[in-house]
Amino acid sequence: MGQFGVGQAVRRVEDARLLTGQGRYTDDIQLDGQLYMALVRSPHAHAEIKAIDAEDARQAPGVHAVYTIQDLDATGIQDIPCMAPIPGVDGRPPRMPGHPVLARGRVRHVGDPVAAVIAETPQQAKDASELVEVDYAPRAHVVDAADALAPDAPTLHEIAPGNVALDWGTGDDDAVEKAFREAAHVTRVDMVNNRVVANSMEPRGAIGNFDPQADRFELYTSSQGSHGLRKQIAEKVLNIDPERLRVVTPDVGGGFGTKIFLYGEQVLVLHAAQALGRPVKWIGERRESFQSDAQGRDHTATMELALDAEHRMTAIRLTSLANVGGYLSNASTYVPTQSLGKMLCGLYRIPAMSANVKCVFTNTVPVDAYRGAGRPEAAYFVERTVDAAARELGLDPAELRRKNFIQPDQMPWTTPAGATYDSGEFARLMDRALEQADYAHLGERKQAAARRGKLLGFGLATYVEACGSVGSEDARLTIDPDGGASLVVGTQTNGQGHHTAYAQLLADKLGLDPEQIRFHQGDTDVAATGGGTMGSRSLLVGGGATDQAADQVIERAKKIAGHTLEVSPDDLEFGEGTFTIAGTDRRTTLAEVARAAVERDDLPADLKGPLAETGHYDSPDAETFPNGVHVCEIEVDRDTAELEIARYVVVDDFGMVLNPMLVMGQIHGGVAQGIGQALLEQTVYEAGSGQLVTATYQDYTMPRADDLPDIEIEFINVPCKTNPFGIKGAGEAGAIGAPPAVINALVDALEPYGVLHVDMPATTERIWQILQANAPKAAAE
Amino acid sequence: MYQFDYHRPTSLDEAAQILSQDDEASLLAGGQTLLPTMKQRLAAPSQLVDLSGIAELKGVREDSGQIIVGAMTPHDTVANDKTVQAKIPGLAHLAGEIGDPQVRNRGTIGGSLANNDPASDYPGAVLGLGATVRTNKREIPADDFFLGLFETALDEGELIKEVAFPVPKKSAYAKFHNPASRYAIVGAFVASTEQGVRVAITGAGPCVFRVPEMEQALNSNWSADAIKDIKVAADDFNTDLHASADYRAHLVTVMAKRAVQAAG
Ligand SMILES: Cc1cc2nc3c(=O)[nH]c(=O)nc-3n(C[C@H](O)[C@H](O)[C@H](O)COP(=O)(O)OP(=O)(O)OC[C@H]3O[C@@H](n4cnc5c(N)ncnc54)[C@H](O)[C@@H]3O)c2cc1C
Repeated sequence: MGQFGVGQAVRRVEDARLLTGQGRYTDDIQLDGQLYMALVRSPHAHAEIKAIDAEDARQAPGVHAVYTIQDLDATGIQDIPCMAPIPGVDGRPPRMPGHPVLARGRVRHVGDPVAAVIAETPQQAKDASELVEVDYAPRAHVVDAADALAPDAPTLHEIAPGNVALDWGTGDDDAVEKAFREAAHVTRVDMVNNRVVANSMEPRGAIGNFDPQADRFELYTSSQGSHGLRKQIAEKVLNIDPERLRVVTPDVGGGFGTKIFLYGEQVLVLHAAQALGRPVKWIGERRESFQSDAQGRDHTATMELALDAEHRMTAIRLTSLANVGGYLSNASTYVPTQSLGKMLCGLYRIPAMSANVKCVFTNTVPVDAYRGAGRPEAAYFVERTVDAAARELGLDPAELRRKNFIQPDQMPWTTPAGATYDSGEFARLMDRALEQADYAHLGERKQAAARRGKLLGFGLATYVEACGSVGSEDARLTIDPDGGASLVVGTQTNGQGHHTAYAQLLADKLGLDPEQIRFHQGDTDVAATGGGTMGSRSLLVGGGATDQAADQVIERAKKIAGHTLEVSPDDLEFGEGTFTIAGTDRRTTLAEVARAAVERDDLPADLKGPLAETGHYDSPDAETFPNGVHVCEIEVDRDTAELEIARYVVVDDFGMVLNPMLVMGQIHGGVAQGIGQALLEQTVYEAGSGQLVTATYQDYTMPRADDLPDIEIEFINVPCKTNPFGIKGAGEAGAIGAPPAVINALVDALEPYGVLHVDMPATTERIWQILQANAPKAAAE
Repeated sequence: MYQFDYHRPTSLDEAAQILSQDDEASLLAGGQTLLPTMKQRLAAPSQLVDLSGIAELKGVREDSGQIIVGAMTPHDTVANDKTVQAKIPGLAHLAGEIGDPQVRNRGTIGGSLANNDPASDYPGAVLGLGATVRTNKREIPADDFFLGLFETALDEGELIKEVAFPVPKKSAYAKFHNPASRYAIVGAFVASTEQGVRVAITGAGPCVFRVPEMEQALNSNWSADAIKDIKVAADDFNTDLHASADYRAHLVTVMAKRAVQAAG
């Protein structure tokens, strides 16, 4: 293995650039003559738009245009579609009202865009946006999913009476029913997987441009994949040939799922640029991020687990409501149904399962994928319920899990939820985590904490998720005449460090330093195809294509080297970037071969031309299943109800880890988001007004460095059997394991208070209320 | 942000004069409160009178046994000032608990007191130490300065020049942070002074206030135990997403105890 090979913590090659302000984000791009867009957004949660008077705005200084939905409808611009027509229990597709680019006749959440103002400067656009007079007739609104199902609840979309977008089910109801009838013990937990706002550091933004000569649009936008956006905008919204649209995504400051999807602003800047003949830029303000970026989670569930007399799990049943917001975002019907449903058996041998999930419209910002997208909700529901079962039965939570784990020799294992796990050694990971976290001496630590006035709690959670296997990727690799190499991929880093990872894949193979590898992504004119970055797929699918491209390049280079050295390619050995005639010191470098390929006239036609090859990777028809164990130890201050995470241990099986430093960065970030969701992040829509009252950082609690513990991470990698690299994927895992581990720890800490469940976010107020309400019981002990 | 005119006077008189001629003009100190409000278009002053050019408003000095902090002194300066640390450690600690490093390097004591945000920290020290707010017109004792929610005794056009803190025998500040904004959900400032004990609570109610029962108890017995059973009524306390009035009332006692312990 070489210096930069698999398992090496190669330093991030992009950091010098990004940390010294040399990054190029959407807002750093200035097109000649660009205009600016500001949006008029609804102050109401639900209202009829009776009239829009934009005359004063149109007359305001610097204003070029004010658009409403009438203008877009007149141009034939279509609504943004939901792309997940998953059938419901009735066999029909979801009720899928389109998501209009600007509100059509009615607004359905605070922040719903109503009009777009285009002006010379951002200030003028904003000033004029305040002059647009919208005559609203407020309607009754509803922000909570359960409330939206009430018979007298206001209807958001006429095509979805009762506000149900999709009533989805899976599993074997009869088998589950029977198992529950025969169960020795049934545990039931009602819980909320709370709504979160993604809060990418870089807000969304878009610049539209139109070239009348070429009759072609350009969109510069922060995204998680430009090709998917191009296809969707061209085919579904503008009805143009995708060739007529170039989408460019420059550096991206965080996506977390939110930037996968198409938003109205991206369509508006294109429309305006064409109509006005000048580029148009929109950069979201932080408040707009809160009011319009797709939000995450918001899933309220009842989970039931049946166990037999030997504490074997016999069935699991989920009944839940997923709040999808005021409109369906691109994948919003997939996340809480199929993506979640598949993971509902966790790591356990559970013979029967069933799930019923209702996706419900409410007057809130649309909900879609957020780091894990359904899988974290599943892991949370499963692991909270298993923990509660152990507590009710007086069992060691680790032992109950161990007893029910799918065993390594039972792989591949197909769960009744429809997932086929290829590999995994769950007990081994759990034992290691417990050892590292010193589970054996937990009792002593609890006593020591009690003497300090603290309640110590220990929480264990396992997780498994499905990753990787989405679509295919191409990678184009060119050996440049200067000896470096250029790689073009169709995945999209949002900050994860893809440049480093891809460079690392290539460096040893080509005998280059990672810094010599130029990295290109995000431009649909440069990369022919691309699937973007989501579901922890990039290293597997993009890496597979890259590896293939490198093999092809070396193969062709070898033939060229055979010509230049006048030997049979079979006599050449390749290593450290050099072809050597076996047993001699005659050699030629890859760079020389690359130059020869373009310079020498005497090469056969099929070898001539730039030394560039396109590798292709098709995902096997099998997902990958990263899994692991999180252990969290917390201390609750009895006086203030403040909670401190004293210890955090993660043991993961990612199959193969290319760069442990990058992967640990992913876990740190994921755990931070998971802890944020579990303890801090409250997304509150006030029932009375329908306002999002946590729309600034004065109120929305992002986790900060001092909220977070040192995170101890280990890998026990069991190679994935369904792909040649053994990769399972790592991008979302931290955010999946953390919430149940933290809440399990909190419930353990509050055990003396007779508590079986605490909903997220477990704020100090919430914990204090529990300590208050249950104080007598604790005092009596 | 809307348009405004900008001035940077070099004397207090000049600043006061600009202010007196325009009702819509506003003083600008560190801008940590005013500028975000303007950016959100919630405030639209016609003129900004930036106080940063007035040398006499800056810095900490000792004068006849008092610590004088100029209105334009940033929190970070107070937190790290050797004299403040030695003479009134509670004040230095309080200043160091405000916001984050950026905020502490921009935000000023004058801006904080003029604003009188119910969740801000400085009112705790000013009232807890019985300090005096000196303006361009008069001296206002702390007990008369804080009138209510975002309300002070400052008249229209009146400027804070400096704050004079008497040096106590002991003092300390204990703060329970708002997890999101890091302002005070409850902050308790306790001081044992020549004139007796003072206990000031910020964050809990609409405005900083003293707790006479605690002061009495501590006057006869300076110990956390002496106040452990003294509860304050939650009646007019703030309730928000982060803490209910009852929780705040509970924290008042806990934080006051911790402050007494910290003061030693
Ligand atoms: C992210 C963040 C976190 C913060 N956290 C905390 C915290 O934890 N605790 C805390 O106490 N505060 C906190 N603050 C507030 C901050 O510390 C400042 O105290 C506050 O913003 C006011 O001071 P300033 O100098 O910025 O005043 P400015 O914003 O410039 O002015 C505020 C008001 O005071 C007026 N004013 C300013 N100076 C004078 C003067 N000399 N005389 C009369 N009127 C004057 C101005 O006209 C304006 O109306 C935070 C602020 C931010 C942005």
